[in-house]
Amino acid sequence: MSKTVNLTIDDKQVSAQEGEMLLWVALENDIYIPHLCAMKDYTPYAACRLCFVEVEGKKAPVTSCTQPVYENMVVHTRSERVDELVKKGFELIMSNHHLDCKNCPGNKNCELQKIAKARKLPLKPKKLIQQVNEELPIDDSMDKIVYDPRKCVLCGKCITACKENGNGILNFAHRGIDRVITTFGNISLKEAGCLDCGACAEVCPVGARSIKE
Amino acid sequence: MELTEEEIKTAKETSQNILENYTCTDRGKIIPVLQNIQNELGYVPLPAMQTVSDHFELPAVDIYSIVTFYNQFRLIPPGKNQVKVCMGTACHMRGGQIILDSWERRLDIKCGETTEDREFSLERVACVGCCTLAPVVVMNEEIHGKVTPTRVDGLLYSYQLDKEQEEGEEQEQKAGEENE
Repeated sequence: MSKTVNLTIDDKQVSAQEGEMLLWVALENDIYIPHLCAMKDYTPYAACRLCFVEVEGKKAPVTSCTQPVYENMVVHTRSERVDELVKKGFELIMSNHHLDCKNCPGNKNCELQKIAKARKLPLKPKKLIQQVNEELPIDDSMDKIVYDPRKCVLCGKCITACKENGNGILNFAHRGIDRVITTFGNISLKEAGCLDCGACAEVCPVGARSIKE
Repeated sequence: MELTEEEIKTAKETSQNILENYTCTDRGKIIPVLQNIQNELGYVPLPAMQTVSDHFELPAVDIYSIVTFYNQFRLIPPGKNQVKVCMGTACHMRGGQIILDSWERRLDIKCGETTEDREFSLERVACVGCCTLAPVVVMNEEIHGKVTPTRVDGLLYSYQLDKEQEEGEEQEQKAGEENE
């Protein structure tokens, strides 16, 4: 049995199992920390750079998805430095996201909307120019699932979900601004042998992978 | 770009041969294997990736992910003549983009592609070390400086002439052999 530890998150006393990641402890105690790529029970990627928090005794903000909890830990989910990091990170993500909430299947059930509301951040990037490759084709080959790569935030959750539940036909390809989540040889889901199980749509934090209505 | 039947066959055979030297399925060996394939074939085609993924017992898309991540891997066969347009700082300032554009128009391919007849492949490089000659084009290890769009036409024309001459010589040789 692992030890129970006590810690303070935003002046709230909470207890958790030692070694648990801070992000999940905070969320379980109704303290919201923005996050896109973290999946419980899986090795964290720490790719989205949104779950930053201040931990007393640490020089710089840390990503809470990779920070294990320990006894007498004191955490602040908001600070000037954290807010600045999250604001920049969020703006970068939004500059590469096809923004069309009205017609998006993820509307009202979208992590981006949730983060924007919680941290009072604009959905439309203010300083950065939109860099979305509008020519990326929507994959409509399956009966149930539809994939719109223009809306993808590259969190990588669907890759894990597909490996666990489906055929493991998804992964990242290319790099930098060209990075996409795609199939072997960039073929359609149908040709790649998609099972149409819908696991990817279930974990997608935005409206990139969704179930057809 | 569609691969020919022969290219697919060679790709599979070559990667099989290379994989025979690797008995383990240690993931750390994937990149060396892919590098060997590229050395043999000049590129890493999809059928080769499929063979590699079977050997390492991984989904094929994981290999695709690695190959597309690194710039050192080519996905399509290189052309007989490789055109490299310099996009270093000096060449960029002296209109390298215009030169790349004219190659793309003349060859009717995009940067990073190969023509359908496998004669030319076009790519961009970052500085070849002779900035005073900017904009620079390297064609089969031969450097051409102060290139203009008309020079692009000229280069293409001279390669066409060379090719015609070669073909002519070949035909003569054949005819000669037949006469004997």
